[in-house]
Amino acid sequence: MVLAEITGLFLSWLARLITGAQGHWKGCPPTSEQRIYFANHQSHFDWVLIWASLPAELRSRTRPIAARDYWTSSRLKTWITTAVFNAVYVSRTRATPDEDPLEPLVETLQGGDSLVIFPEGTRSNKGAPQAFKAGLFHLSEQFPDVQLIPTWIDNVQRVMPKGEVVPVPILCTVTFGAPIRIEPGEDKRAFLERARAAVMALRPGGWKE
Amino acid sequence: MRWLKSLNPGEQVAFLFVVLFGALLLVSIVSVLWSLRDRPDDEQESWQARWARFRHELNMVWVGACLFWAAWVSGPVGATLLFAVFSFLAFREFITLLHTRRADHRGLIMAFFVILPLQYVLVGTRHFDLFSVLIPVYGFLAIPVASALADDPQRFLERNSKIQWGIMVCVYGLSHAPALLLLEFPKYEGRGAFLLFFLVAVVACGQIAQAIATSRFRAKPVARRISRSFTMKAWWIGAFAAALAGALLYWITPFKAGQAAIAAFIAAGCGSFGAFVMQALKRDAGINAWGNRSAITGAVGLLDRIAVMCFAAPVFFHAVRWYFRAGT
Repeated sequence: MVLAEITGLFLSWLARLITGAQGHWKGCPPTSEQRIYFANHQSHFDWVLIWASLPAELRSRTRPIAARDYWTSSRLKTWITTAVFNAVYVSRTRATPDEDPLEPLVETLQGGDSLVIFPEGTRSNKGAPQAFKAGLFHLSEQFPDVQLIPTWIDNVQRVMPKGEVVPVPILCTVTFGAPIRIEPGEDKRAFLERARAAVMALRPGGWKE
Repeated sequence: MRWLKSLNPGEQVAFLFVVLFGALLLVSIVSVLWSLRDRPDDEQESWQARWARFRHELNMVWVGACLFWAAWVSGPVGATLLFAVFSFLAFREFITLLHTRRADHRGLIMAFFVILPLQYVLVGTRHFDLFSVLIPVYGFLAIPVASALADDPQRFLERNSKIQWGIMVCVYGLSHAPALLLLEFPKYEGRGAFLLFFLVAVVACGQIAQAIATSRFRAKPVARRISRSFTMKAWWIGAFAAALAGALLYWITPFKAGQAAIAAFIAAGCGSFGAFVMQALKRDAGINAWGNRSAITGAVGLLDRIAVMCFAAPVFFHAVRWYFRAGT
């Protein structure tokens, strides 16, 4: 799959040209330990930015999540998500009532790969992230040994606002914080609130609404 | 001297680079040997800090010299491309620190992907008349039109003037450096590299002299809230040092000694004022350096390095062109 590799290199070069894609490892070093990066979600560009700011060795084992109905609707989209990014597909609608939407993610983590998830579930264009969905909690309950890394992506909403096609070159940073874990006996609401606070704590100082 | 004059322009430029890189190599070797000297323990710390700073500056000079050489060997196309990339990176850095709104998106796309490449195409093809008016005349109208069409009146003047300012400094100003390489003087064909070298050398001399003057003589800063170090005394010393350097270097330029001194004085003085203005801009944005030392999303601090050139190059270029009526 040479073409896929070249496409990947080209995309990360493009992301660096336009945004700088600087990774700031504030709370943890970039190592190959198994991890779940959870980040704020403001634009379609977010995944490419995180991916480009990771060291090249980690990219092949760090996988994004893609909505199956949207990202398999054309051959180009399928090719990009499978061959270039090696994405994990999830269904947004349940085929049967007892199907677990988290199952593909569980399989991926059992296989030893790292994941990048956006626990808000959707893009928010307000400054502060919305409340986190429960998936993060369930995953961390099932995989207590996988590190949970809070991640803040800064400035990307200025690069490509909703509805625009061409990105404007503006520098962005991706800040990786210290790993968090579930405290014994911590309930779902408290954990998700704490995870969201950990992401927001990484905002750079000059950040304004 | 007679031997130098007997060489053709290409050989003279090659000689210039041999001298430049030879001098740099010499400075590097001497500084490394100097660093090996035994020092008393109590001076160690301050020495380490100074040594790190000096090495950093020397590396930057090396990078600059290599880029200068790359710009020359790659010819007009390469030089233009190289400076276009610099403009792009500097402008990106500038825009990052402004508060643009969604409505500015189209205007910014136009600035980055239409006006910037066009400006450098005009330099590369030596259309110096259109090149001098593209941004101040046509760009001046085009960007606010694109912004106004986005239907957002909030802080319209402020947003647009910031973008205009950025493009004037980072694109218009810097594009005059490759223009110097390509400007044709009567009886001075093919020696554009000397002119750019002259400009960089005298401006650098002026900056160094100014920095030394600032640290040696205590004088009252003219604008304490903008810069604690900028004094008129140091400015004069820097500009006169540049004039002296210019007079000594006159033989590589089309000028006579007096003209070279005046041109150097103007370039260094303007560059120094330009750096001072950028300082005011940074204070306005609430940061100390364009670089990444502050917590704000930033870059490598390229703008800090080239701000002086951004202001010195256009003034120098237009003064020279007007005086010699060259390149029309």
